[in-house]
Amino acid sequence: MTGDLKSKREFEEIPMIHCVLHDPGDSVAVVVAEGVKAGQTLTALILDENRTITIPCVQDIPLGHKVALKDMKIGDTVIKYGVDMGKVVAPIKTGQHAHVHNIKTKRW
Amino acid sequence: MVMQKTFHGYRRENGRVGVRNHVIVLPVDDLSNAASEAVANNVKGVLAIPHPYGRLQFGADLELHFRTLIGAGSNPNVAAVVVIGIEEGWTKRVVDGIAKTGKPVTGFGIELHGDHDTIMRASKVARAYLQSASETQREECSLEELWVSCKCGESDTTSGCGANPTVGDAFDKLYAAGSTLVFGETTELTGGEQIVAARCRDDKVRKDFMRVFDRYQEVINRHKTSDLSDSQPTKGNIAGGLTTIEEKALGNIQKIGKKCLIDGVLDKAETPTGSGLWFMDSSSAAAEMVTLCAAAGFVVHFFPTGQGNVIGNPILPVIKICANPRTVRTMSEHIDVDTSGLLQREITMDQAGDKLLDMMFRTANGRLTAAEALGHREFVLTRLYESA
Repeated sequence: MTGDLKSKREFEEIPMIHCVLHDPGDSVAVVVAEGVKAGQTLTALILDENRTITIPCVQDIPLGHKVALKDMKIGDTVIKYGVDMGKVVAPIKTGQHAHVHNIKTKRW
Repeated sequence: MVMQKTFHGYRRENGRVGVRNHVIVLPVDDLSNAASEAVANNVKGVLAIPHPYGRLQFGADLELHFRTLIGAGSNPNVAAVVVIGIEEGWTKRVVDGIAKTGKPVTGFGIELHGDHDTIMRASKVARAYLQSASETQREECSLEELWVSCKCGESDTTSGCGANPTVGDAFDKLYAAGSTLVFGETTELTGGEQIVAARCRDDKVRKDFMRVFDRYQEVINRHKTSDLSDSQPTKGNIAGGLTTIEEKALGNIQKIGKKCLIDGVLDKAETPTGSGLWFMDSSSAAAEMVTLCAAAGFVVHFFPTGQGNVIGNPILPVIKICANPRTVRTMSEHIDVDTSGLLQREITMDQAGDKLLDMMFRTANGRLTAAEALGHREFVLTRLYESA
């Protein structure tokens, strides 16, 4: 029993990381685990602060793709690494897949 | 971990230090590839470096062609060079450029001789060079003598949070140790150019950097199509989750770490004049950029990848770093340093940087990289415009 408790405690201290963000002000996070599905609650690691938060996921999101951390409307600026990475071109809800179908460059 | 301070390299005639001991056969032009490859076939262990250019180029484009070939031959990873060109004039120009290093170099013009006679005479010289080079011993060298370049490829979002900051951590440590470092990829800084500008040592360097950055933007604007024809970001980048050039750039610049300053700006294939971190104005295409680094005199290359770029270079050992757990699993034969543990907090950034440096020392001491073992020898010359 003791062993079980110990392993459970270790598991709670270091949960599986589903996604990472660089800056606490980022509006998107990167999924770093395979098989992330709609309906899951995701553990997100804030790299710059080495702490985790939890976020809802409402769509299946492939490894490497981004999940929205807030609701965004057309014309909003998307923030990653704490800075501007492009503009919203279709409305995005928290927990949705954020990629080329709803975000575009502001350059070129 | 206390960082190792020395490695065993080859000290060349001009004092520069290499980590490989190649004897190369360097064609001046496309027409001389066949003879060059025949020489390499005759003399086992000699490396031919074929490429598709060198005829009817002019002006700055021709100057870059010569600078790249002379630089490649002059690289301290090269012990000796046989140069073959269709005629003797431009062949002599490449030979004379390489000869300034003091290393053995001989040129052959094909006209008035034909391929057979040229191949025979060049093979005799190549054999003598190879046997002489095979007796060169490695000696202990310091980190101040090591030149390390970086460029990432087939990046995805894990590059920006894993593989690229690993290079950044290693660069911060090498910078403090007095090594000579370079990064480039001018267009792939778009969206992060102000962050790079802020890291320049002084206003002069900042002005030089913004001048080459703005010039490249003009090239893009002149030729661009909708979304840059899926070239920036690439199809592979987008499949890997990168959405915009800004996002790609912000990930890209993680490679220059958090501490080192940009000490100067280089033209393509230009050799740095001192230690520190240099920015080279360059294409972001992997083989072009790595070839320019080889021509500038760099002897080890850090190449972080996300989706799994398989690039190598004939002269410069290319160390692949990857933090994408799926790529590490599916393309393991291409990956030298796995830092996917960063994304699950299994290792710290300091440990990831040390892991890369450990592989750098092993590579410098002679360990073949994945790309070398797999025979990746992409040597790609940058062209500035049409031939005459």
